[in-house]
Amino acid sequence: MSATISVNGVEKTATATTIADLLRDENVDPAVRFLAVAINGAVVPRSKWDGAAIKSGDDIEIVSPAPGG
Amino acid sequence: MTDTLKDPLTIADKAFMSRLLIGSAGYSNNQLMLDSISASGANIVTVAIRRISLEGGAETMIDLLAGDYHILPNTAGCFTARDAVLTAQLAREALETNWIKLEVIGDRETLYPDGEHLLQAAEEMVADGFIVMAYSTDDPILCRKLADLGCAAVMPLGSPIGSGMGVLNPYNIEIIRAQLDVPVIVDAGIGTASDAAFAMELGCDGVLLASAVAKARDPVGMAMAMRHGVEGGRLAHLSGRIPRKRHAEASSPERGVIGS
Repeated sequence: MSATISVNGVEKTATATTIADLLRDENVDPAVRFLAVAINGAVVPRSKWDGAAIKSGDDIEIVSPAPGG
Repeated sequence: MTDTLKDPLTIADKAFMSRLLIGSAGYSNNQLMLDSISASGANIVTVAIRRISLEGGAETMIDLLAGDYHILPNTAGCFTARDAVLTAQLAREALETNWIKLEVIGDRETLYPDGEHLLQAAEEMVADGFIVMAYSTDDPILCRKLADLGCAAVMPLGSPIGSGMGVLNPYNIEIIRAQLDVPVIVDAGIGTASDAAFAMELGCDGVLLASAVAKARDPVGMAMAMRHGVEGGRLAHLSGRIPRKRHAEASSPERGVIGS
């Protein structure tokens, strides 16, 4: 079962069913500090990444602090 | 004499020893960023929130800064209140802070804030429990509205972001400072140390800058200059400048001049 989703603005087909699995599929360690995730404009707290389900059409943002002014 | 050590910048009941706030962007490498920020003496360092690269690893610059500085995430790059609010919420999750430097840009060329979206975002963020430091134009009315909405600090621009043109409308900055009860921090446009000193002489509570240090020929040297500029300007403001006069007034006594 796979879902067509958008991750950081890039459309892709994902087999992951949760945020935690998606992060691992994207080679992002879910345990790394200073990460945040939103699905369809709503922040998903880190404590819920293991259970947060992904479905087709989801727009997912994965962000981190970067140099800024 | 005024002791700067006893003259902290207080925002939302939190005291900071330095009145200089500094950005973390624009440096050629992380070590230069760290050395420059250290030389500036700043306590508050701004960062942006960006999509991580899915090709490479996550950015590590924040690991170098967190712990040593009060990290102030911004909503730079947002053009709508909706995006700014979501960015603030992501920043809160990523950095475990409810502090936010609110920016809503209206135009890529001038990077001027969009007042309508700025007010909407500020209202939503304050209601959501954020400590909002709002980047604004130097419009006294807009700044007053931001303060009235509950922003913890209002940050009018001296001149457009990255322009290095200094404080173009000191009269407005003085009006804003006089009208508001929250800290007023000049944010954007600072080009050199005298600009920072001037902003502080006008009575501002702090100065936020980034490009002026990061893009200087010697960022560490300019960071030190900015530190002294801000401290000098603050001391001058507290100490009281003499009135301007149209004619000279000798400082040496006139009595006892030879030949008189």
